[in-house]
Amino acid sequence: MQTLTQTPVKMPDDAPACEVRLISHRISAGFPSPASDYVEDGLDLNDYLVRNKAATFMFTVKGDSMTGASIEDGDKVVVDRSQAPQHNDIVVAVVDGEYTIKRLFMRGGTVELRPENAAFSAIRFAEGRELEVWGVVVGVVRRYPAKR
Amino acid sequence: MSTAPQFALVDVNNFYVSCERVFQPALAHVPMVVLSNNDGCAVARSNEVKALGVKMGVPWFKMKDLAAKHGIRAFSSNYTLYGDMSNRVAMVLRGFSPQLEIYSIDEAFLRIETVAHLHGGPGAMGQQIRSRVKQWTGLPVCVGVGPSKTLAKLANHMAKKIPVFDGVCDLHALSRPERLAHMANIDVSEVWGVGPQLAPRLAEMGIRSVLDLRNASPKAMRTHFGVVMERVCSELRGIPCLALEEVAPSRQQIMSSRSFGQSVEALGELSEAVASYVGRAAEKLRQQGSVCAAVHVFVQCNPFRPEEPQNNAGTTVALIAPSDDTLALTAAALQGLKSIYRPGFRYKKAGIMLTLLSDKGIQQGSLFDAVAEHPRSAALMSAMDQVNRLYGRGMLRTGASGTQQRWSMRSENRSPRFTTRWDELPVVR
Repeated sequence: MQTLTQTPVKMPDDAPACEVRLISHRISAGFPSPASDYVEDGLDLNDYLVRNKAATFMFTVKGDSMTGASIEDGDKVVVDRSQAPQHNDIVVAVVDGEYTIKRLFMRGGTVELRPENAAFSAIRFAEGRELEVWGVVVGVVRRYPAKR
Repeated sequence: MSTAPQFALVDVNNFYVSCERVFQPALAHVPMVVLSNNDGCAVARSNEVKALGVKMGVPWFKMKDLAAKHGIRAFSSNYTLYGDMSNRVAMVLRGFSPQLEIYSIDEAFLRIETVAHLHGGPGAMGQQIRSRVKQWTGLPVCVGVGPSKTLAKLANHMAKKIPVFDGVCDLHALSRPERLAHMANIDVSEVWGVGPQLAPRLAEMGIRSVLDLRNASPKAMRTHFGVVMERVCSELRGIPCLALEEVAPSRQQIMSSRSFGQSVEALGELSEAVASYVGRAAEKLRQQGSVCAAVHVFVQCNPFRPEEPQNNAGTTVALIAPSDDTLALTAAALQGLKSIYRPGFRYKKAGIMLTLLSDKGIQQGSLFDAVAEHPRSAALMSAMDQVNRLYGRGMLRTGASGTQQRWSMRSENRSPRFTTRWDELPVVR
């Protein structure tokens, strides 16, 4: 009776033996890394900037109406729709079908969207005129151009 | 606390149109449609357009006069945006119930019987879902609640069409006579799983309203229409027959086809299109961990130009061994294409379908395995998928897909991908 074997057998004509790797897992014999119990994932800016993923959107800022609040032309702002807008929040609002970024002022019956730049004027909401806040600005992201 | 199943169906109103409006507030009341792939037909209509009597699926060129008269705006499909918004809605819904079935890009079923009391009952919970989805994503939804999926779907229809419900209809909150009265007023074709195809056959048997179907004998329905209709019938009586499918079943076939931006006559260009569709479908195939044993390929001329000669043909090519290798599948598809191609026709559409799918893990060995599977195929395919995930679809593709892609999709008026591209974010001043 013949039995099948997995033992490599020398082939005739000096054909090169074929290498079969049965186990590709590396087993290290030595000291395990002392740091392996302390490894953490790196920092993720999403964790830092985004509190509510479903409700968070990014906008690109154009113009310099908010430079006083350190929001410059070209900055990306993080906008959270789940935050209830409050007095003194920076918000993205819809005015005449356009987006605008301003500081929300709501005190003593006055409702205004105030720029942070003396060259711009506030948008006042008279009684009966509805203010549509799209979302509350919860962060700013700026990247400097690559040096070369 | 009730333990009988309660299903909620949440559905975004005019989904594609609503997505566009979230990011373009100036369009809030403008009549508008979103067109299918290649700017063909209206696949989403705003309420203003529906009020003008424009039906779903009307080709854009047929409504151009109406559009000019009423200032209807048309947008190309922006599936990247719609997909992202759909994920956001699902995220919000998961906060209400962990038992969730994403039924389509704009609809989801929830099981709510164990959580509804936390929100003051199914109806109040429905209103909270509605206001939270609106607040967080900007999208308007309607909610229907019932003791079966079919009834939840019906309740959703009522929430949408009957103003007094204010966007949320909980069938449990209605009295039995009220429920039956509503059912008597709704056409049977509105029932999930019936549709306009079966409605005429039902009408022949005197079944015209939802109530008629509810009152029909399930056994008789089974004899005439099969087990599916029997189930519909029972579900309408409040006996749940369909479970929540929380994990989407693996697809049995994968299709990829498009209409061309302009007619194509040459085999070379058709081949490029077919090869690139294979690339996309094969990526989906690998994603779900399947292999396919056959590739179907087809071509079509323009059905809206009956005066042109028509050649609509298709063929299926079997593979030597089941595979998920883009190169093997492309070779099969192109071989099939060659056999059905005839010169002298203006082709408007081509497509492929991967069929006879099975799990990659449970494959039968074949005498010809060595022929079919290149030893480094798996590594090459996974590298390709990773590159394309990282750098965008089609970044790394087979040479057969071509470089010019003159045939590729027309989407002349697509809005920016507001939520997924740094260079296409909405601008705020």
